Amino acid sequence: MDANTLVVENLKVNYGNVQALKGISFSVPKGKIVSLIGANGAGKTTTLRAISGNCPSNGNVSFHGHSISNKQSYQLVGEGLIHCPEGRGIFPNLTVMENLQLGIVGRHSAKEHFQKNLQIGFELFPRLKERISQAAGTLSGGEQQMLAIARALIGEPELLLLDEPSLGLAPQVVKLIFEIVVKINKEKGVTVLLVEQNAKQALKISDYAYVLETGTISLEGKGSELLDNEDVKKIYLGEH
Amino acid sequence: MNEFIQHTINGLALGSIYALVALGYTMVFGVLQLINFAHGDIFMVGSFIGLYFIRFAIPNAEPSIFTAIMVLIAAMVGSAIVGVIIEKFAYRPLRKAPRINILITAIGVSLLLEYGGQLVFGASPQFFPDILPRKLIDIGGDIILDSNQLTIFVMSFVLMQILSFLVFKTQFGRSMRAISHSLETANLIGINVNKVILITFIIGSALAGAAGVLYGVAYPKIDPLLGLLPGLKAFIAAVLGGIGNITGAVIGAIILGLSETYVAGYISSTYRDALAFVILIIVLLVRPGGLLGSKKIEKV
Repeated sequence: MDANTLVVENLKVNYGNVQALKGISFSVPKGKIVSLIGANGAGKTTTLRAISGNCPSNGNVSFHGHSISNKQSYQLVGEGLIHCPEGRGIFPNLTVMENLQLGIVGRHSAKEHFQKNLQIGFELFPRLKERISQAAGTLSGGEQQMLAIARALIGEPELLLLDEPSLGLAPQVVKLIFEIVVKINKEKGVTVLLVEQNAKQALKISDYAYVLETGTISLEGKGSELLDNEDVKKIYLGEH
Repeated sequence: MNEFIQHTINGLALGSIYALVALGYTMVFGVLQLINFAHGDIFMVGSFIGLYFIRFAIPNAEPSIFTAIMVLIAAMVGSAIVGVIIEKFAYRPLRKAPRINILITAIGVSLLLEYGGQLVFGASPQFFPDILPRKLIDIGGDIILDSNQLTIFVMSFVLMQILSFLVFKTQFGRSMRAISHSLETANLIGINVNKVILITFIIGSALAGAAGVLYGVAYPKIDPLLGLLPGLKAFIAAVLGGIGNITGAVIGAIILGLSETYVAGYISSTYRDALAFVILIIVLLVRPGGLLGSKKIEKV
């Protein structure tokens, strides 16, 4: 039996009087890719932020069987739960190299593998190597996304929370990024929780997926099943 | 020409003291978007810690480089402790509060140190003893090089080199600069934000403490309101350089120190203190981001 890397139970988040998450429950089995899909404002990013300790929440989240509800982000990074923020979640005022060096800032166990992981990152994203001493703010959108993912990988995640990796990118870059997510998962055994608006691509690579609709899970199933689901097709895949 | 060189030497010494204080302003602004109005008073506290250290710990010490370094270290450690207390008890509880609250708190802490200082140290000015063997070196022409000025300049330079290494070459420095871009993202990727902010206060306060001692060396009369004007001027230097920008703070401070001595020397020393404020007004009108600053204008 697969153990669950992450179990979320009855997770609730309030922003002022607005309930952004109305008590959702789901799990991420070890070694799998699980997606949360849904429209803008459905609560996808909020879910990730609540898991990684970045917004106050109720409910229970456990990682490797231990509750992490009261832990701070930097402690979670230390345990291998690494959140790769959406879009421009890099530091534009630092160089590419400095951004990558921050990948181990909270993760002591990855320090001695820094050089090795840096090379792995360069193999995945050769373009970053060319731009190593450039300020990260001068990179293109796609390259910034690559940098964010490479930085997360340098911390040797056991669970990678990946927020909207395709946001605002050209279709070819999106394809490349998704291929790399699969590669990370298959070759490195990294468990991935992916949040995406690009439902089609996300479902294609996911073992399992949840559809989030205004703070509740409205549908769940295997990635391939949801791809064939009529409602999903109509609402999220733009097919009729 | 000789007169010009003499003014330049004086200006550099003054500017490097401003620089040490300005660095603290700019670093704290970088991580917290807070103008730490209490920073000038930490400078004053550093000066007094130096004075009391000489009086009670090494009352019979001969002025020497060694004595000076001991006093400097004592003041830096003492000021750093004051900085930690302020951050932990005054600013940290307000981390999530609106920015105006923490700004008002900073003003409160500043008043507390100024008037608390009068209570503890007494309101009348005290003499800051010589901690360095002072020599006046005639280097040709009518130019006199005061060895104290040279020491101030060298010590500031060494401290700034250490700081520059910390900020640009270490994981702490990278984390600090990351926080200055986005505290939220920094937190997200695993930076222990509170720890980095605390270290920033430690370093900023230690530099202010060192500046307090060097100020006492240059102008050996100190009182609890000492931090007011140099504190404001260092703040202006930081704004001139682009607040939040570390190189900018040093450049701004040197420019301010030099222009103050030129104005005092060539026009009239009456205008000396006004100059800083004229510069502030011009910067805010012409280039609100400062010389090296580029970022958006911050609402305070």
